[in-house]
Amino acid sequence: MPTALFELTLQFLTLSLLSFGGAAAALPDIHRRVVDVHGWMTNSEFTQMFALSQAAPGPNVLVVCLIGWKVAGVLGGIVAMTAMCAPSSVLTYVVAHASDRFREAPLRVAIQNGLVPVTVGLIVASGYVLTVNTDHGVPAYVVTLLSLAVLVFTRVHPLWVLGAGGIVGMLGLLAH
Amino acid sequence: MHSLPSGPPVATPPSLRTLFFRFMEVGLSGFGGVLPFARRMLVEQRAWLTEHEFAEMLSLGQFLPGPNIVNVAVMVGRKFHGVRGSFAAVGGLMLMPMAIVMTLGALYAQFAELAVVRNTMGGVAAAASGLVLAMGFKMARAIRTRPVAIGVAAVAFAAIAFARLPLIWVLGVMAPVAVALAWWKRL
Repeated sequence: MPTALFELTLQFLTLSLLSFGGAAAALPDIHRRVVDVHGWMTNSEFTQMFALSQAAPGPNVLVVCLIGWKVAGVLGGIVAMTAMCAPSSVLTYVVAHASDRFREAPLRVAIQNGLVPVTVGLIVASGYVLTVNTDHGVPAYVVTLLSLAVLVFTRVHPLWVLGAGGIVGMLGLLAH
Repeated sequence: MHSLPSGPPVATPPSLRTLFFRFMEVGLSGFGGVLPFARRMLVEQRAWLTEHEFAEMLSLGQFLPGPNIVNVAVMVGRKFHGVRGSFAAVGGLMLMPMAIVMTLGALYAQFAELAVVRNTMGGVAAAASGLVLAMGFKMARAIRTRPVAIGVAAVAFAAIAFARLPLIWVLGVMAPVAVALAWWKRL
């Protein structure tokens, strides 16, 4: 197997079991491995991949597919996505099989309650890391803050928010 | 009537083929998150699960590592057809979105020299960052009255955002501490 495919597989196999709270919570670590450790893409390429993945239909773990594609083509996309989903899926299957027995177990309740605040911190950190790597200049920060506010305080569909951001960008208002 | 919270699901169990295609629809219907569409299909439209069963699968899917919706698909597939069902559900869920996102990537690579395309993507990216922040803040509402939980979230945030520590170290230290705090009802 070519080195890049092998490395992709290895990286996402481990990330799969670390992604408590889903792909969004693991995003800073994906960024760290993909940009800082392996140098597979630049900061701005990474955030472009993320934006593209958000503009496509599907779960937000799709960013992993796009990163794999960027690194090693279509095969890379398939390999990265499979690696990201396989270990956690096997674990889920096994645990679901046994779960009836310990659904109310105090330890499971404690694990679940304990992980919630950790996940909250990780996801806000994801947003922060994306923001500082994406936004250059005050107008871009304003777009990020406005989209945050609209999504927190209204029920507007996220796709409208992404579209509005795209239009602001297309008009050249964020160019620097 | 299918959304009544009690009683067994009234629908006949789906075939592998049906699982595959219904999950394909779910995968294609949401942007940046398809869980609400999965609930609508599984509980309201198909009645494959009761509201309670869905809530249980979702909470287990969120509790375990991995993409939440993929974990739910694994469990739904397993319920009806074991391992083959899990493959059908996850495959249906991911296949089209993967093809679409890689096509978008190729199109973007083709036209990225155009300033207008780059500028547009810059705007989408800035909005997308806000989308992730919003997800975090909405989840934070659940812990806003619990100072210790807020403290745990703040430490996790700082460890990743400012200290840029590897996730495995952050989880390795923080998960046991947070679970211990929850165990002793201090969270």
